[in-house]
Amino acid sequence: MVEPLLELRGVNKSFGVVHVLHDVDFAVYPGQVTALVGDNGAGKSTLVKIIAGIYGRDSGDYLFDGKPVEVHGPRDVAALGVEIVYQDLALCDNLDIVENMFLGREETSRFGLDEVSMETRARETLTSLSVRTVKSVRQSVASLSGGQRQTVAIAKAVLWNSKVVLLDEPTAALGVAQTRQVLDLVRRLADHGLGVVLISHNMGDVFEVADRITALYLGQVAADVPAKDVTHSQVVELITAGRSGDLGIAEDSADAAV
Amino acid sequence: MTDVTTSTPSAGFDNDNRQAATLGDAFHDYLNRIRGGDMGSLPAIFGLVVLFVVFSSLHDRFLTTYNMANLVIQAASIIVLAMGIVFVLLLGEIDLSAGVAGGASATVIALMLIDYDWPWWLATLAGIAVGAVIGLAIGSLVSVLGIPSFVVTLAFFLGLQAIPLKLIGAGGSLRFNDPVLRGLSIKNVPVSAGWIAALVIVVGFAALSLYRYRSLSAKGLVHQPLGLVALRIAVVAAVVLGITALLSANRAPNPNLFTISGIPWVLPVVIALLFFWTFVLTKSRFGRHLYAVGGNAEAARRAGINVTRVRISAFVICSSMAAIAGLLSASYTGKVSPGAGGGNDLLYAVGAAVIGGTSLFGGRGRAMDAVIGGLVIATIPNGLGLLNQASYINFIVTGGVLLLAASVDAISRRRRSSAGV
Repeated sequence: MVEPLLELRGVNKSFGVVHVLHDVDFAVYPGQVTALVGDNGAGKSTLVKIIAGIYGRDSGDYLFDGKPVEVHGPRDVAALGVEIVYQDLALCDNLDIVENMFLGREETSRFGLDEVSMETRARETLTSLSVRTVKSVRQSVASLSGGQRQTVAIAKAVLWNSKVVLLDEPTAALGVAQTRQVLDLVRRLADHGLGVVLISHNMGDVFEVADRITALYLGQVAADVPAKDVTHSQVVELITAGRSGDLGIAEDSADAAV
Repeated sequence: MTDVTTSTPSAGFDNDNRQAATLGDAFHDYLNRIRGGDMGSLPAIFGLVVLFVVFSSLHDRFLTTYNMANLVIQAASIIVLAMGIVFVLLLGEIDLSAGVAGGASATVIALMLIDYDWPWWLATLAGIAVGAVIGLAIGSLVSVLGIPSFVVTLAFFLGLQAIPLKLIGAGGSLRFNDPVLRGLSIKNVPVSAGWIAALVIVVGFAALSLYRYRSLSAKGLVHQPLGLVALRIAVVAAVVLGITALLSANRAPNPNLFTISGIPWVLPVVIALLFFWTFVLTKSRFGRHLYAVGGNAEAARRAGINVTRVRISAFVICSSMAAIAGLLSASYTGKVSPGAGGGNDLLYAVGAAVIGGTSLFGGRGRAMDAVIGGLVIATIPNGLGLLNQASYINFIVTGGVLLLAASVDAISRRRRSSAGV
């Protein structure tokens, strides 16, 4: 089996008396799309924020490339090569595509901003992702459709030679054709060898692109299975009840022995 | 599981039109942008033409070279103040205290010159430092404490008026007759030096534009058609050389008795500030971050930009520019009175920035907007002054222009968001 790129082992997290995550194991493999599913309140966003370095962990290990790493904030995570594309896109409407992709990490030459180099690199990245829907890389982001904006946000994450990309509900606000665009892009990221995490409520999307599915139920991992081994309805049961047939969390130890 | 896309990566960007192919296409694009609400400086240029037609038909001395030179000198302090305001407007904030901050700084400069015999440059630096400190205080209150800039700067507008009043005393005034600083308004650049500077600017602009065109087109990046680049160079050359010719002619009211010719010294000051701030806004990381914070502060924060520092810097730049504007205003009148900067100055400057094309909603604006808008705004009191209108008319017209500019901004913003330009 391939070594995971990013792995969390036995992570616990409490907010006061509320125990949000119980001994969560989570792994992201290179070249694979891992879908993270779960009902509202199952702990998905807490887990993402721990991966992003926004929250600390009460216990458990954070491993990158098989080695334990110390993560103290979003900057440490970005330095590892982990990028998070949030649901409410972090783009500036008044800037163009190139300016947005390099925001906060602009390249400069002796005479100020190096527009030639930035536009060339942005173009290369978009081309490597086979993004063909934008009219010009110099058009302002305000003129883009929802799917195109999502595409720019994802390309921005890829530009920095990242190894792991987390996508938080990337298709939630999109129409059919635009969802198609974004899912194709998600698949292409994995084909480029990146570890991709897709957080989604939409089972159709999940089964279309995911290689593995990790289901959270009330802060525990109900199942971590290859997508081809489970059916649509099994995953829904895992999300809503925490178990499905012999998959999932044992109701008690007696049942588990059976 | 692989994607159906089989095209080679190099074919991946076939939809990306890298330039408007011809001048005609570029013109068509421009029309589309205007229709979409991106008017740029068009309202200002239109306003300038209207004002010139109206005033020149009402008064035969309006279009004389003497009055045109006067207009340039009067516009200078408004333009500089507006240039500072642009930085604050870019963030979607406002600085109501910039006018009186300029008055307070001018008072300090005058006192240093008169009471302490400081050289002009040291006094000027002291004045700018006063402005910077005021900006630092405003910026910190706005971005660290989170008080709306409207309230903070309204408080400073009231409070700062105390400084000149206390230092000068009610009813008094400080003379402002340092040969260099007063000379900014009443002395002129030698005619030959003015021509050389004008030629350097035109040649430099042409060289930079062509270099930019060549480096972009050689790499196959987005660039404007050569025709548009040439047209732009021609327009800049015509404006720069035209103004130089106008100001190099003898403009004395009685040309047989004495000669007044040459570019007033304030103009090079304004142009230097224009070049400097244009570079900062378009070619520096700080400038890019300013636009980003004005467009979407949360996105800027997530991109690792220190939003607080950007905000404070904008207020520091605004108040420092206000200090220079206060200096130019004192240079024009030859004195600093206790009410300096407290009148229409600020509203003129905000009106100038907005009519020039800077948005009150943040994220859009250029240093050039302040120059074009400032000329429009300065034309109003200049023309009304020639017509000997009562001063209440001036207030009505100024308020009306400000409201008009804000309406144009709001309408074009609405059209932009629906057209998605």
